[in-house]
Amino acid sequence: MTEERSAVVVRDVRKSYGELKAVDGVSFTVAEGEFFGILGPNGAGKTTTLEIIEGLREPDSGDVTLLGERPWPRNVKLLPRIGVQLQASSFFDKLTAREQLQTFGSLYGVNSTRADEMLELVGLTDKANEQENKLSGGQRQRLSIACALMHDPDIVFLDEPTAALDPQARRNLWDVLRAIRERGKTIVYTTHYLDEAEILCDRVAIMDEGRILALDPPAVLVRGLDAPTHVTLQKGVLSVMDASALDGVEEAHEDEVSLTISTRRPAPVLSALADRGALDGLQVRTATLEDVFLNLTGREYRA
Amino acid sequence: MTAFKTLSLAMFKGFIRDKVTLFFTFLFPLMFLVIFGLILRDVGADKTKIAVVGDGPIVSALRDSGVLELQPYDDENAAVQKVKDGDLPAALIVRGQVLDVRFAQSDQVKSATVVGIINGFVDKANVAATGQPPRFTFAAEKVEDASLKPIQFLTPGILSWGVAVSAVFGSALTLVSWRRKQVLRRIRLAPVSATSVLSSRILVSAGVALLQGAIFIGVASLPVFGLRLSGSWWLAIPLLLLGTIAFFALGMLVGAFAKTEEAASAAANIIVLPMAFMSGTFFPMDQAPAWLQAVSKVFPLRHMNDGMLDVLVRGKGIQALAVPSAILVGFALVVGFLASRVFKWEE
Repeated sequence: MTEERSAVVVRDVRKSYGELKAVDGVSFTVAEGEFFGILGPNGAGKTTTLEIIEGLREPDSGDVTLLGERPWPRNVKLLPRIGVQLQASSFFDKLTAREQLQTFGSLYGVNSTRADEMLELVGLTDKANEQENKLSGGQRQRLSIACALMHDPDIVFLDEPTAALDPQARRNLWDVLRAIRERGKTIVYTTHYLDEAEILCDRVAIMDEGRILALDPPAVLVRGLDAPTHVTLQKGVLSVMDASALDGVEEAHEDEVSLTISTRRPAPVLSALADRGALDGLQVRTATLEDVFLNLTGREYRA
Repeated sequence: MTAFKTLSLAMFKGFIRDKVTLFFTFLFPLMFLVIFGLILRDVGADKTKIAVVGDGPIVSALRDSGVLELQPYDDENAAVQKVKDGDLPAALIVRGQVLDVRFAQSDQVKSATVVGIINGFVDKANVAATGQPPRFTFAAEKVEDASLKPIQFLTPGILSWGVAVSAVFGSALTLVSWRRKQVLRRIRLAPVSATSVLSSRILVSAGVALLQGAIFIGVASLPVFGLRLSGSWWLAIPLLLLGTIAFFALGMLVGAFAKTEEAASAAANIIVLPMAFMSGTFFPMDQAPAWLQAVSKVFPLRHMNDGMLDVLVRGKGIQALAVPSAILVGFALVVGFLASRVFKWEE
């Protein structure tokens, strides 16, 4: 990918608050139309990185190019092309969902009729006349994303849009994010849910303590781990001894309910199991980004 | 629609949908107006009441004049007993053409007034009885003096105070809440100038101030309170607008320092409440001790009060606006400049 067609280019950006190095030499590029995730635990430097790209903060050193322009100092030419959803749900007092959209849209000179289209996009059409404080957390989050999209920006920044949502609300939001992506927008988003990043993102940057530890498509990161695949069967389908004897099996063990087989070559193991008709309760669990994080930092992931 | 119009509309909607703000903007000052207006309504207004036994031309003339309140008694002893008990200052006993006045010695001022009034009526009746034209005549004419009926100074004072409160709180709380909820940051990320955001908020405050003026003056003009506006009342409009801008600037300064709405609210109260008491909101400043009068001159609210009083009830012309306007504009410029220096987009 060439830098001309990149939506975001970040080169060796650093930012310190006193002794704390919030961002400590971060470089990456985001292609146009890409769904790019920055993930890591709280305090990893995700938000600060995002704020520097958006032009809200000046980096101590390093370069940022956003859609071919410098975001700092406040670049009015760039602002209509970027949409930002903030970490806190920031709304005007006492306005309904539709009025919030119209008001935010007016800041960009956008026709207020677009508000209904946005409500539909995020599935809040029936909440159009509800005041913002009467909405649930997930609905507020979706409204806040709709507000960021009112002026039809080319690139959207979402800071932990799924934080503090229940599982159902998170999944609803994923649909919204996918819909935005289908409209050809570039999305840069932060999260501390590794599973979510794995599902949604084209590429993820794993951040910890102000640095990027790894940057690749989630599948590449996981594969690169060379971690064993775990095949789980219902207990009693096969004995531990028989399982261990299969071609490609590294280790097998059993607990009260299931038999777990570890392998780096799952294909022959699965076909051998199929030959024996021993597929009851079959589950295959490959390594996840959580394993990648553990491998990179040497500690368990804590969101 | 332009950002300016939509933002003004959004903030106005936010304002009228917030019951607490509505209460403190309209009902709370109105409560003071009603309570003080009713308490102080009759001060200095009650007439002297005397007992009267019998009737005749003099008593009729007294009754028609309305100078004294006459309480008729049938029994002379009962009337005199009232005076002895100290309930009434005097009793007038009419026996045909002889008038007898019994007065209490304790309240010499009151009884002298009563005796003087009755004497005057008797003399006038005597002159008329001679059929001769009187040699000396005199004419009495009313003079507008500086002292005012309570409602006349209460209305301008409470109006200025109400406008100051809503402008200070409106700007301080909006600023703090927008900063805390990151609405400020969201605005900064939009291609809209700080001027249009600020001016739309001031427009809302100015509209609220005019509404307060209309409502407070309307209520004070009800017959129960009896406010009488002067012909130059409309000069209060520029004063309301300048006052709004001056106190809006003060709110911006408070909002720049306060981190939470609660802190902003407390700080605004600490500034506005003492200022209101020392600026003649609840009592006229010419009755205050000299040192307080001197101190009060430092407060912009004092000058706004003075200007309001002059144009709303004293009937002074446009020249009465000069000093208050200059002070409010100067205050707005200085405080607004300070506020812009300490302004923060983020927490």
